[in-house]
Amino acid sequence: MSAVAEEFITEDGRKIGAVVMEMKNITLKFGGVVAIKDISFDIRQGEIRAIIGPNGAGKSSMLNVISGFYHPQEGEVWYKGARRPTMRPYQVAAQGIARTFQNIALFEGMSVLDNVMTGRLTHMKTNMFQQGLWYGKARAEEIENRQKAEEIIDFLEIQAIRKTPVGRLPYGLKKRVELARALAAEPSILLLDEPMAGMNVEEKEDMSRFILDVNDEFGTTIALIEHDMGVVMDLSDRVVVMDYGKKIGDGTPDEVRNNQNVIDAYLGVAHD
Amino acid sequence: MPEQFIWGIEVFLNGLMAGVLYALVALGFVLIYKASGIFNYAQGVMALFAAMTLVGIMNGQVPFAHLINAIFGTNVHHFGWHVPAFVAILLTACVMVGFAWIVQRFIFRHLVGQEPIILFMATIGLAYFLEGVSDLMWNSEIKKLDVGLPQGINFAIDDYTYGIFGYGFFIDNLDIVATIIAAILVLALTIFSQYSKQGRAMRAVADDHQAALSVGVSLNFVWIMVWSVAGFVALVAGIMWGTKSGVQFSLSLIALKALPVLMLGGFTSIPGAIVGGLIIGVGEKLFEFAVGPMIGGATENWFAYVLALIFLVFRPQGLFGEKIIERV
Ligand SMILES: Nc1ncnc2c1ncn2[C@@H]1O[C@H](COP(=O)(O)OP(=O)(O)OP(=O)(O)O)[C@@H](O)[C@H]1O
Ligand SMILES: [Mg+2]
Repeated sequence: MSAVAEEFITEDGRKIGAVVMEMKNITLKFGGVVAIKDISFDIRQGEIRAIIGPNGAGKSSMLNVISGFYHPQEGEVWYKGARRPTMRPYQVAAQGIARTFQNIALFEGMSVLDNVMTGRLTHMKTNMFQQGLWYGKARAEEIENRQKAEEIIDFLEIQAIRKTPVGRLPYGLKKRVELARALAAEPSILLLDEPMAGMNVEEKEDMSRFILDVNDEFGTTIALIEHDMGVVMDLSDRVVVMDYGKKIGDGTPDEVRNNQNVIDAYLGVAHD
Repeated sequence: MPEQFIWGIEVFLNGLMAGVLYALVALGFVLIYKASGIFNYAQGVMALFAAMTLVGIMNGQVPFAHLINAIFGTNVHHFGWHVPAFVAILLTACVMVGFAWIVQRFIFRHLVGQEPIILFMATIGLAYFLEGVSDLMWNSEIKKLDVGLPQGINFAIDDYTYGIFGYGFFIDNLDIVATIIAAILVLALTIFSQYSKQGRAMRAVADDHQAALSVGVSLNFVWIMVWSVAGFVALVAGIMWGTKSGVQFSLSLIALKALPVLMLGGFTSIPGAIVGGLIIGVGEKLFEFAVGPMIGGATENWFAYVLALIFLVFRPQGLFGEKIIERV
């Protein structure tokens, strides 16, 4: 592997950091279907990295590989300079990688606040025996976690629905609650699978603003999948383009926009 | 006051206390069902196994004595010591945790994502297997269980009610203790599931597996935990029932008493299991008292099921079960 620059200046003149995560030659198959074919790319500290591509290109599969939900047949995942062994999703979460799902996965029976609190689980240290023995300490921890959850709730402007059972919320708000829960984990990398799918223009604008704010205020590295080209070009520092499981482009929004392979894929030029 | 009415109160109280025990058994079902969608047919046998293990440990019985003697030609049956009840209960609780681990590791881990009916079948297999293991491990004769719980009529209540009604209520001390212990257990479980980290993880898994994984919960750990807790609940139920009527095979049939409770209270609700248990307990005792003599008695065997059936027709999701809404 050739040495990579410690820093990187984006088109907008934003400075982003060194590589924190690197996918090396990932191949993922489901029976005969090759969802990801020998793909490599990296994610840099503090950047917003978009993954785009037509339906069925393998974008969600890639996110699932990063978060430990799928295990590739070939390839390596490197995180913070070390090769990551095969990990279960809960282990990945404990490493500071949080995610949302394309088809929203919330705890429908719990309130918004409780949902956000579950995002704090990886930060809860005292176990049940300690909780029984050192009531005071457990209580202090609970209060701290609760405070953090409330901060996130304020940040995403969902105070009004804190106590509402999530099952009753409209789609757009559910997406926001899911983001809140992921943020509550104070992740170092945040993975978002189509955070704006199915939203109207106004909701999309809100969500875009939140994503930028999160990146800006918390310095969170974000990898997101999105179909809306306008949004992708506005938000992201660098873009990976996938088509039929293969990587067909990788670079700044401008580079990708002018890449002939990408243009072909989006214009639906026949594959051979 | 008319005699019938006073007797009725006594029957009511006894029904409440029987109901607490039903609720306790039902609770074991609810815990596992909520967290893993498994209807655990083996819950009753777990109570039997726990009670047998407890007696075996207390009496210093050598586990698998029959097997060992048959293989090695030895003749060992007892270690020759007695273990104090408290220590034996702790050891049995550890055995139930070990059992939970084995069940998860060797059975349900391999069945993740299977149809509920297949999981149910697996628990039927587990029930009969565990029954066999219990016999092999501790032999099948009827055993007396005495962990030092008070038994017999409570004279204070007898005297007190005699003073008021001119008729002394017969309330068994064991029932009173059982009620108190069950109440503490339920309270502890509620606090545990609402406020502890593990309880939160448990609720998360019960609600959505994917989401639980994404916030860092290990499904495997939670499932071992709920089976352990269910095992502990089975142990408590086994102690109460075993103290009352001896530790024997019929103990595993208390599961049949829990079924109508579940139909009434819903499979996913802890408060439902409690209220359902109380309603069934009181209902069957009062029915037997008021109607039983007219139709030849023995109504306790079927009344609970009829009550539950009637209930099912009007509220299929149970008393507190989550409402089933069909999305179209
Ligand atoms: N769990 C799975 N089992 C079998 N096949 C799968 C599974 N997950 C994904 N696939 C297949 O892998 C391919 C890529 O799917 P993936 O969901 O990653 O696409 P995507 O780029 O996210 O598409 P979309 O934009 O529609 O969300 C598809 O052919 C899909 O059918
Ligand atoms: Mg997708």
